[in-house]
Amino acid sequence: MQSRGPDALRAALADATFKAIQEAVVSLPPDVMRALENAAAKETSAIARGEYENIKKNLAAAKRLGVPLCQDTGVPVVYLTLPPSVPYSQTLFDGIADGIRRATTEIPLRPNVVDPLTRHNSGDNTGAGMPAVHVRPGDRFTVTVLPKGAGAENMSRVVMLLPSQKGMIQHVVTETMLIAGGRPCPPVVLGVGIGGTFDGVAALAKEALLQPVDTMTAFERQLCDAVNTLGIGPMGLGGSTTALAVKVKIAACHTASLPVAVNVQCWANRHATVEVDW
Amino acid sequence: MTGTVVQLHTPLGDEVLTLRAGDRVELSGVVYTARDEAHLRMQKEGIPFDPRGAAIYHCGPVIKDERIVAAGPTTSARMNALEGFLLDLGVRALIGKGGMGSPAREQLKNRGVYLAFTGGCAALAASHMKLAGVHFPDLGMAESVWVIELDRLPLVVGIDSQGNDLFSVVEEHAKKAFGAGPVKECTDK
Repeated sequence: MQSRGPDALRAALADATFKAIQEAVVSLPPDVMRALENAAAKETSAIARGEYENIKKNLAAAKRLGVPLCQDTGVPVVYLTLPPSVPYSQTLFDGIADGIRRATTEIPLRPNVVDPLTRHNSGDNTGAGMPAVHVRPGDRFTVTVLPKGAGAENMSRVVMLLPSQKGMIQHVVTETMLIAGGRPCPPVVLGVGIGGTFDGVAALAKEALLQPVDTMTAFERQLCDAVNTLGIGPMGLGGSTTALAVKVKIAACHTASLPVAVNVQCWANRHATVEVDW
Repeated sequence: MTGTVVQLHTPLGDEVLTLRAGDRVELSGVVYTARDEAHLRMQKEGIPFDPRGAAIYHCGPVIKDERIVAAGPTTSARMNALEGFLLDLGVRALIGKGGMGSPAREQLKNRGVYLAFTGGCAALAASHMKLAGVHFPDLGMAESVWVIELDRLPLVVGIDSQGNDLFSVVEEHAKKAFGAGPVKECTDK
């Protein structure tokens, strides 16, 4: 049993964060691998099949060499679950930042975090308000890392629909992908938030990306089929699969609102969860 | 598209004019990475390499101990308005992902090609590369101009020198499919 003071907590969380980042940037979760294999198997376009062939070779190379599968190792989005025994304090945020700095030099990650106006790069993937950390209660002490690349993130959007426009949710989702085209590295996963508030709906959309992509509800399937009629295909070169999956998360909202957010995620739907040894 | 793979080597010449959208190629020789910041710097301070026959790779790699760890393409469309001066001075190929719109597409006409590499495939790309140098290192890892020696990087001709563009064909189809979808009545929003 380790000591359970703040220093030990910070070190344990740094270690878990490092491990989660390493796992996330080098290899994809099994459900994402299955979704990619299914998409490749049913693809008929020769150019698209070539893209899947590169993706397959790339995943094998990353795993073999233990290197990031994509050079855009993203910005770290972190989800922390805390059991009642873990005190909520600045120590948690410090530990996560330590893990990110270590990952940046050791794995390595590309230093992506800059000041939004001066564009000065911090060099260590941390900065004001970065990493984004979301904390929630849970039974186990875990850290989940979702490294978010910019190509797909840049094509995401929030739309404040009116309560009478429920029928436009599919339109918003499909239009988001129409505008995005090949830029977000399709075949994508679309995280869709519905309800909540202006800020909350974007968080819902991102959390939706953590859900398994090899199962969908009837509603999610309907949205996914609508996106796939666009025929954008892998990398925008045309093909039968534009979205591997659409995942929806819902929250209650104001009677006068219908917020909808679409968080676009490239085919490399990277995330990993590690239990904190504390 | 045919099954044959065309071998290309930098510096490139008029052979790029015979390529057609959809052709598969393998590119060898030196290429130069450049993203948003590098283009802006080169516009201001000049090009730190011979642009004649050169290939520009839209890429911000991960480099460690002077070794390329991961080096897939970035979204080329961000550079749509930034390529004119490079093509004017003889650059023959732009490499990236997602395709390019105006004015880059028009500026490639009768001069060069856009070559697409699979986005996200950074470990695969790195296995075809050796690092040969760097310009503007003060721009940081992602934005510097890295000099990279390629060994048969597999690419698809996305836009050819006659203006044929795989991406715009797909885009037009997507627009039509969107207009014809079950939510057509909502498109006036």
